[in-house]
Amino acid sequence: MTARIGVVTFPGSLDDGDAARAARIAGADVVRLWHGDRDLHQVDAVVLPGGFSYGDYLRCGAIARFAPVMESLVDAAREGMPVLGICNGFQILCEAHLLPGALTRNQHLHFRNRDQWLRIEAVKTAWTNTFQPEQDVLIPVKNGEGRYVADAHVLDQLEAEGRVVARYQRGNPNGSQRDIAAITNEAGNVVGIMPHPEHAVEALTGPSLDGLGFFTSVLKHLAGVPA
Amino acid sequence: MPRVVVDVMLKPEILDPQGQAVANALPRLGVSDVSSVRIGRRIEIEFAGEPDLDRAREIADKLLANPVIEDFSIRVADAEDEHP
Repeated sequence: MTARIGVVTFPGSLDDGDAARAARIAGADVVRLWHGDRDLHQVDAVVLPGGFSYGDYLRCGAIARFAPVMESLVDAAREGMPVLGICNGFQILCEAHLLPGALTRNQHLHFRNRDQWLRIEAVKTAWTNTFQPEQDVLIPVKNGEGRYVADAHVLDQLEAEGRVVARYQRGNPNGSQRDIAAITNEAGNVVGIMPHPEHAVEALTGPSLDGLGFFTSVLKHLAGVPA
Repeated sequence: MPRVVVDVMLKPEILDPQGQAVANALPRLGVSDVSSVRIGRRIEIEFAGEPDLDRAREIADKLLANPVIEDFSIRVADAEDEHP
């Protein structure tokens, strides 16, 4: 059976269309989810897309965290459902305490929008299992508040447990601590990534097809999970 | 109506590039004796009835501040806080 991937739209989401398209290209059935609806409609995995949910008021992701859909999502994620938070979605996952740390304003204060090299370091997560260890990928990054911060103890723990999913290569676009671009939770089902894999899935519109690997990974992960 | 004032500040160890940008602009005003600027956020809450500091603390802890990167303080507004 084809896996069902849900893509949540919040007020102010921008990349929900591209995330849905990427999941479709990877071969998933896409289910559009609405922030105000706590029903996850029997999806097998969820993408929280990029954008500026609730206008980024207060802090990025701070208000989206309390959206009705997030209550069901947090419970499902704790039970093992794969969740990928991209950019604003990463910020929401941190605010919801599904991932440690926080995303703060870029060190240089500039909004950065460019194609960015990343090194995939964790290839056992639900969202990265089709990559090779240490594989370098080229994916667009675009954020104003993408600087990952956590206290030294948390950073050490992430590194010791192999939970740094990707690091920036050839230049850190926002001052992220230890060049962190993506992390995962202990179980490996929840991944937050600041750059945008959903923008690198077609030759016509992206700098590479490297982003597709995140979506094919979750399909492979779901196919391997006994029903 | 009595208000509760919540002040939210980035923790001292968290980089504040906005504050740095302001500090770096001060010499253009002819100000050379400022060593640091930190930018925070002040939030005013009005309750329907009496100000409830415990409730305000809960609101601040769950929503207004992110304890990973920010500290907050809470007090009932006094006369000096009244808007003109």
